[in-house]
Amino acid sequence: MARNRETLLREFHEAKWDEPIIYEMSTPGERGILPPKADPSIIDEFGDAKDLIPQSMRRETSPNLPEVGQMRVNRHYMRLSQETMGDDVAVDIGEGTCTMKYSPKIQEHTVAYNAKITEIHPMQDPSTMQGILEVYYEVERYMKSISGMDHFCFQPGGGAHAVFTNASIIRKYFRDRGEDRDEIVTTIFSHPCDAGSPATVGFKVVDLMNDPVQGYPTLEAFKAALSEKTAAIFVTNPEDTGLFNPKIKEYVDAAHAVGALAVYDQANVNGIMGITRARECGFDLIHYNLHKTFSSPHGGMGPGCGAVGARDFLKDYLPVPRITKDENGTFDLDWNGEGATIGQVRSYFGNAQVVLRAYMWLRSLGSDGVREAAMCAVLNNQYMVKQIEQIKGVTMYYGEGKRRIEQCRYSWEQLEKDTGLGTEDVLRRMVDYGCEHYWESHHPHIVPEPFTLEPTDSFSKEDIDEFVAVMRKIAQECYETPEVVRTAPHNAPCHGIKNYYEEDPEKVICTWKKYKEVYGIE
Amino acid sequence: MDQSKKIVYPYIPNSAPQVQKEMMDAVGVKDLWDLYEEVPEELKFREDLDIPPAILDEYSMKRHIDGVLGKNTSTADYISFLGGGCACHYVPAVVDEISTRGEFLTCYGAESWADHGKYQTYVEYNSMLAELLETEAMSVPQYDGGQALATSICMANRINGKTKTLLPASMNPQNKRILINYLDSVQADLAISYDFVAYDKETGLIDLDDFRSKLDDNVSSVVIEPVGYLGVIEENAREIGELAKAAGAEFITYVDPITLGLMEAPTKYGADIVCGDLHSLGLHQSCGNGQAGFISTMADAKYLSEYKDFIYGFCEPEVEGEYVFGNLLISRTHYAQRAKGKEYSGTGVNLWMVSAAVYMALMGPKGFEEIDETILYNGAYALQKLSEIKGVKPVFSGKSFGEFAIDFNETGKSVAEINKYLLTKGIFGGLDLSKDFSELGASALFCFTETTGKCEIDALVEALKELLQ
Repeated sequence: MARNRETLLREFHEAKWDEPIIYEMSTPGERGILPPKADPSIIDEFGDAKDLIPQSMRRETSPNLPEVGQMRVNRHYMRLSQETMGDDVAVDIGEGTCTMKYSPKIQEHTVAYNAKITEIHPMQDPSTMQGILEVYYEVERYMKSISGMDHFCFQPGGGAHAVFTNASIIRKYFRDRGEDRDEIVTTIFSHPCDAGSPATVGFKVVDLMNDPVQGYPTLEAFKAALSEKTAAIFVTNPEDTGLFNPKIKEYVDAAHAVGALAVYDQANVNGIMGITRARECGFDLIHYNLHKTFSSPHGGMGPGCGAVGARDFLKDYLPVPRITKDENGTFDLDWNGEGATIGQVRSYFGNAQVVLRAYMWLRSLGSDGVREAAMCAVLNNQYMVKQIEQIKGVTMYYGEGKRRIEQCRYSWEQLEKDTGLGTEDVLRRMVDYGCEHYWESHHPHIVPEPFTLEPTDSFSKEDIDEFVAVMRKIAQECYETPEVVRTAPHNAPCHGIKNYYEEDPEKVICTWKKYKEVYGIE
Repeated sequence: MDQSKKIVYPYIPNSAPQVQKEMMDAVGVKDLWDLYEEVPEELKFREDLDIPPAILDEYSMKRHIDGVLGKNTSTADYISFLGGGCACHYVPAVVDEISTRGEFLTCYGAESWADHGKYQTYVEYNSMLAELLETEAMSVPQYDGGQALATSICMANRINGKTKTLLPASMNPQNKRILINYLDSVQADLAISYDFVAYDKETGLIDLDDFRSKLDDNVSSVVIEPVGYLGVIEENAREIGELAKAAGAEFITYVDPITLGLMEAPTKYGADIVCGDLHSLGLHQSCGNGQAGFISTMADAKYLSEYKDFIYGFCEPEVEGEYVFGNLLISRTHYAQRAKGKEYSGTGVNLWMVSAAVYMALMGPKGFEEIDETILYNGAYALQKLSEIKGVKPVFSGKSFGEFAIDFNETGKSVAEINKYLLTKGIFGGLDLSKDFSELGASALFCFTETTGKCEIDALVEALKELLQ
């Protein structure tokens, strides 16, 4: 059966294999792979390998791992992959803020199968890593141009890690200057890591509430939160609402006026790359998530890269090693830094494959293409906003009449009042139409019954039309046939879950062993 | 712009002129810059970006990137004895087959219904790793082993309220740098202090006298590496753990999971918190991309409540007989509590859980035992052969597990000189220790795995003899 041409809806059912747990497939003696053996002459000479381990540290019982032949292992995980909806198979417009994009397959083939990257040890002599070091050096150059910042570091493994790195730099910077500043000001709509990461570094965090009309704190409220104790502001623009704060420079100036630094969380810069830059807004530190805007796939939550950008006066604080280039064009790694460095936040020099993908993506687009990607992402979003806001039950919050940038946070508040079904119900139902679940919002849910959509540059008009059709259909179901939504999903690999967010430690079952104990399985 | 000359980018469907025009009409803009009417003109950047001209066709991109990466020399081209937390282990083909599946590669944090298979894979990862470690619980992985160790120490601090950790002086220097930054705090009373326990100069084992002298009531956690960074098997692990616990400290072990086919599971000699890096479980070296930290404990509430990252596990199904999975105890995290969460969380390295799960499923109990035998044999043979070279000897007398420090001081040559020579012979020599462990002088850490057998070791020994004799 083909997709319905008029409604754009599909008769969809995700793969449902009723796949057992790998332990249930175990058959004594089966082997999935045989490791290489040592040369027979070595085995003869050294006898029992166990004797090479001190008695006190020898394992007494073999690890209880499953014994499964190779074809069955492969098939099992193939099936589990089929019971998963990556954006390779589903239109994933719903995971707003996550910037779900297409990761070109030429990039994936390179990072997965080119031994000149997969089989590089990060501590090889730099003379044997000139290719990948060149990639780092070049991506730094492109990022500098996109942001206006002076230096970049690619060591952090994700966005929250980059925020942690920036907070660590700020701690060291003020300590070196002998200034006692222990407060960070951020906003309630910023990513939770803009509060959590600085708190981990030891800062006290002020979460500013948004203004109910414009969607972000007023300049007056912002200034009132700043003081001689403020070390830095961590702000996002646009926030998850998609509303751009046109006075951002005044906010940054206000921070500088009290001697604080200004940090820009640009995890998602997808709508504004090549359009507006951190430098012109006055920021001192920023970060980009290369696994969002710059095309690395998300991998179910990593590995990623949080690229940290800094102004000149903070260069020496960046983590080591720094990638250098001499007058002969030879690349090297500088592990010493200039003395002020915070040291390391991760081993080696970060997730090289993510940097490599960003390199390929940027080189495939050039300056015009990068700007085209940003503009198409925003065009897609504004096109979709016009349709979603028409759906019965949807409310738009903040910024009436303003053009949203790359994403938008919507509310099913009215739908919930009318039908008793809210955002979690709609979310579950989406899979029945072949869409990945959308993402609601970070906590706290300031926008009631929230959902956040981000139709990035990767999605076609037709993808957006289909996604909107699904949302419209589910809203209609909530009003007309609520039971079908309440009991969703129906066409997923599994059905309802009683305690999805279990909070009782006594009921935590992390492993098959524990599951067997609890349910009395032999 | 002349629409017929407009570039249509294959990755940007709505760069096609006709559909783009249609959508622009729908949103009421004449120019794409008009989409940004909220951005003040003085903040707009209209210059060209400093990115070279686009390589538009895919074939040219392939040629280009193969050329750039062709400037690298890999451990597939040369024999490699580099280790220190990242090593030349073989990655089974099925691991690559599964971890490159588009579904696993391109999904993100969506809920359990549509991504049921992803969660089942994660919970199978939990189940198998817990058997290797003889533990009961874990969260999703951290960025790398260093982060896992840092968080383990913070967990201990939250559990017992004490503020000092004892670390082995021979620990991984990169982890050390990560810890020094991580355990610091803006507020002095929140910082976790650290002290390094000396290693015995002869054996490489933890110096028990130094350990006893530093172990006091303020110690929150004691960290050991069952197979130390410098290669020595810490045979006094049980005694150290008992002393640590008697002093009211949490006993943390930093373990390489591939050793656990034949090495004792850390909880069996008293470990409270087991952490390490998943690298050896089916991750490529990938220039440092193939790292992933893990932390695991028993399932007591006191530990479960202190993990900082998502914990996935089995839940109760509405339809009897189904396996369903959920996101457990989420109120611990910064996602629920912002600044009040346990440290912070975020996108980590979840794809490597898939790789590790497939690796453990393929290997089974026999696979781990056999690979450990091979590593031990290759290491023992290498140690014997290297020791026969004049002026070359092991730094420590303690038993090792495939990796050990070699002392070149009597050869009169620096490690840099030796490694430079080895490179001309197609060999990546051992990690130079002379900077991070200056007390050892000209010493290097050589790593032998299942992929560096007799043939590779003989080549190394021959090359060293050529240079040194």
